[in-house]
Amino acid sequence: MDARYACQSTAHQIARRGFLSLLGTGAASLAAGPSLLAGLQQQRRRMLVIFLSGGVSQLESWDPKPRTDTGGPFSAIPTAVPGMHISELLPKTAQHMNRLSLIRGINTNNGDHGKGKYQMTYGRNQMPGVENPHLGAVCARSLERSDNPLPGHIHIPGGGRGNNAAYLGPRYASTGVNGKPPANSQRLGNLTIEIDERRNAFRRRANERFLSQRRTAETDAYTQSFEQAQGLMEKRDAFDISQESAKDHARYGSHDFGQHCLTARRMLEHDVPYVQVSHTNYDTHNENFSFHLEQLAEFDAPFSCLLTDLSDRGMLESTLVVVMSEFGRTPRINARYGRDHWGKAWSICLGGAGIQPGAVIGATNTNGTEVVDREVDHGHLFHTYLSALGLDSSSSFNIGGREQPLADPAYGPIDELLI
Amino acid sequence: MDFRQTHIEKTHKHTRPLISCRFGPQPDCVFFAAEDFQLWRWNISNNEKTAFNTDAWVRGFCFSRDGQRVITGGYDGRLIIWPATATAPQPIHVIDKAHEGWIRGVAISPDGSTLATVGNDHMVRLWNAADGTQIAELKGHVNDEKAIAHRSHVYNVAFHPDGKALVTGDLMGQLIEWRLADRQPVRAWTADSLSKYDKGFRAQIGGFRTLQFNSDGSRLFASGITAVTNAFAGIGNPSVVEFARQDNKQLVEYLSQPKLQGVAWGVALHPDDLIIGAHGGSNGNLMFWKAGEATAAHQFRLPQNGRDLDLHPDGLQLAVACSDGKLQICRMDKKTS
Repeated sequence: MDARYACQSTAHQIARRGFLSLLGTGAASLAAGPSLLAGLQQQRRRMLVIFLSGGVSQLESWDPKPRTDTGGPFSAIPTAVPGMHISELLPKTAQHMNRLSLIRGINTNNGDHGKGKYQMTYGRNQMPGVENPHLGAVCARSLERSDNPLPGHIHIPGGGRGNNAAYLGPRYASTGVNGKPPANSQRLGNLTIEIDERRNAFRRRANERFLSQRRTAETDAYTQSFEQAQGLMEKRDAFDISQESAKDHARYGSHDFGQHCLTARRMLEHDVPYVQVSHTNYDTHNENFSFHLEQLAEFDAPFSCLLTDLSDRGMLESTLVVVMSEFGRTPRINARYGRDHWGKAWSICLGGAGIQPGAVIGATNTNGTEVVDREVDHGHLFHTYLSALGLDSSSSFNIGGREQPLADPAYGPIDELLI
Repeated sequence: MDFRQTHIEKTHKHTRPLISCRFGPQPDCVFFAAEDFQLWRWNISNNEKTAFNTDAWVRGFCFSRDGQRVITGGYDGRLIIWPATATAPQPIHVIDKAHEGWIRGVAISPDGSTLATVGNDHMVRLWNAADGTQIAELKGHVNDEKAIAHRSHVYNVAFHPDGKALVTGDLMGQLIEWRLADRQPVRAWTADSLSKYDKGFRAQIGGFRTLQFNSDGSRLFASGITAVTNAFAGIGNPSVVEFARQDNKQLVEYLSQPKLQGVAWGVALHPDDLIIGAHGGSNGNLMFWKAGEATAAHQFRLPQNGRDLDLHPDGLQLAVACSDGKLQICRMDKKTS
C-alpha cells in the first residue's frame, strides 16, 4: 500500500522508497532475492569482531618467526592443529586453533591508524567524499532480525550511537554498550505499567491520526524510533552483565576486556547480528615485547572463554569470529625494543560460521618481511566475511533505486577458506 | 678520572643489537648478550670472541666470586651456569624451569654461595651457586591481598652488601626487602615515580632496569623511566632514584639535564661519589651525577641507544651495550694521543 504523503511529490515518493529500503524492509531489499533471505533468516548467522586496537604484532601472535633476526625473544608453541604454531603468548588460544584459521598473507600496504581501521572495517580504502557503511552496518542490515528489537550493530565498549552506516541509514549505525542497560531505558519510577501503557496507546492513536493526513518520511522515522526504543526498553536486561553468574565473571576476569567479552557473549546470545569488542592498546613503538606480554595475557583467557562458551552453546557454527587489527607491526625491532606500523605482511585469525577450521592461508618469508604466498588485502577479507555469513558478497543493496555493492566489486572472497 | 672528558675509546661491532653487558672477571674481557640468543665473551686486547649458546635473550647475568663461572638467566626461563673462561663453553648446570617465562634479573650473594633470580612469574627464587639446586622460593603471602608479595613481573634483584637481605622490584614500582634468615618479606615500599598506569594505552609502564646498593649498603639506587606521557612511544624521562636503606625514604631523583626522552637502562656507582647512567630512547647518552645532586653534571651523547652499562674496576672505563649492535668502551678521562 502506498503511503499518502502530504505533498504527494515525486521527490517524496523516491525518498519514501529509499527510506523504506533503509529502515523498513531490512534484508528484503537485498538484490539477492527472497529464497536466499529465507535461508539466511533460518541460519541466523552473526559476526563477532575482536578488534585489537593500535596494531597487534603478527610476530607476537599469529605468525611467529622464532630465532630469526626479526622474531624477538618469544617462542612459537604448537596448537591443537598439528603443524600450526602460534606465539607462546597465546597458550589458551592455541588450544582452540582447531576451531580457528589463520590468514598470514595480508598486505594492506598502509601504516596509518585511521586508514587501516577504515580498510579493515569498511573493506575499502577511504576516499574523500565517499561514504561506505561499516562492516557492522552491512551485517545489521543484511542479517536483520524482524523479531528482535535489539540494535543489530553493537560496539563494546562505547556509548551512544555511531555515524558509520552511510547510505544504510542511522538504524544500522553502531550502538555503544558498556555492560549496563542503556541510559534512560527504564520506565520512570513514578509511572505504573498501566499508566505507561495508556500513555503509549494515546501516543499511537494521536500518531495514527496525524499519519492519516500528514504522513512524511520523517514521521515514519519518528514512529520507527519510538517503536524501536520501546522494544529495547523491554529487553534492556540483555545489556546487563550483572545478571551473569559470579563464576562466569571470574572466568572472564574482572578487567575491562574480560567484562567486555562477557557482554559480547550476552549480546550474541540475544541474537545480535554484529558485535565488535575492542581491546586496547597494541601500538607498541616502545617495549613491544613487555607490552605484548601484558596485553595478550589479558586477551588470551577471555577470548578462550568466549570460544569455549560459543562452542558449548552450539553457536560457533553460526557465529563468524574474527580477530583483527588496523595493521601489523614491523618485523624490524627498533632501538627501543619496539615495533612500528606495518601493513605489508601481517595476519588475522578467524573461525566459526562458514570458515574452514584449522586452515592457514598465505605465508610470509622466513623473517616475515614480505608475503610469499596467497597475498590478500582488506578487499578480499571483506568479501570473505560476508560470504562466510552466507551472503552473496557480489550482490548490492538497492538504495533508492541505486545499486550499492556490499563489498568492493574489484575483489572476491578467499574461496579456499570457505566451507 | 675526569667524567667531563668521557669519550669512546674502543668500539666492537657485533652482528645484532645488544641487550646487556658486564666487564668479565678476567682482564680485558667484556661479556655481552645480544638479540642473536647468545652471550658473548669479547677479549678487548686480541678481539677474540667466544659464544655461550644461551638460546635465549639474556638481560640478567652475573659471575661467581672466583670469576670462574658466569650465570645467565634467559627469557626462556632457564638458569644456566657456565665456565666463564672456557674456549668452547658448555653449560655446567642447566635449570630448565627456573621461572615460568622470562628471567629478568640475576644476582649473586656477597659470599658467593647463593644466586637470586626474579622473573615474569612474580617469583623470587634462591639457588645454590655451586650446583644450581633450588634453595627457596620467596613469594610472600600471596593469598592475603594486603600482605607483602609481588603481583606483577619482577624486574630486578640486589643483595645487600651485608648478605642478610635482598631487595626485589616489580613492574608496579613496588620494592620488597626480604630477610634471608627466614626468607620472609620485611617491608615493601613504592618508587612512585618509576611506574605508571597509562590510561590512554591501558597498560602499566615501569619496572626497575637496575637495582643496586652502594658499597656500605646505606643507599639503594633504582633506575627506569619517569614522567611518562605516552607509554607506547616511550615518552618519558630517564631517572635514577636513591633510597635510604634505613627507612626507604626517597632521597634524590636523578634526572637528565637537558631533559632526555627514554629510559635509564643501566647504572654504575663510582667510588668517587659519582652516579653514572646509560640512557636509551630518542637517542643514547651517558649521564653523570654527583651524589646528592639531582641535576646531571654532565651528559655524553652516544652514537646510539644505550641498553646497559658496567663500570670497570679501574674506575675509568665504562662498557655500554647499544641498540645498534655496538659495544662501546668509554673512558672517563681526557683523550691520550
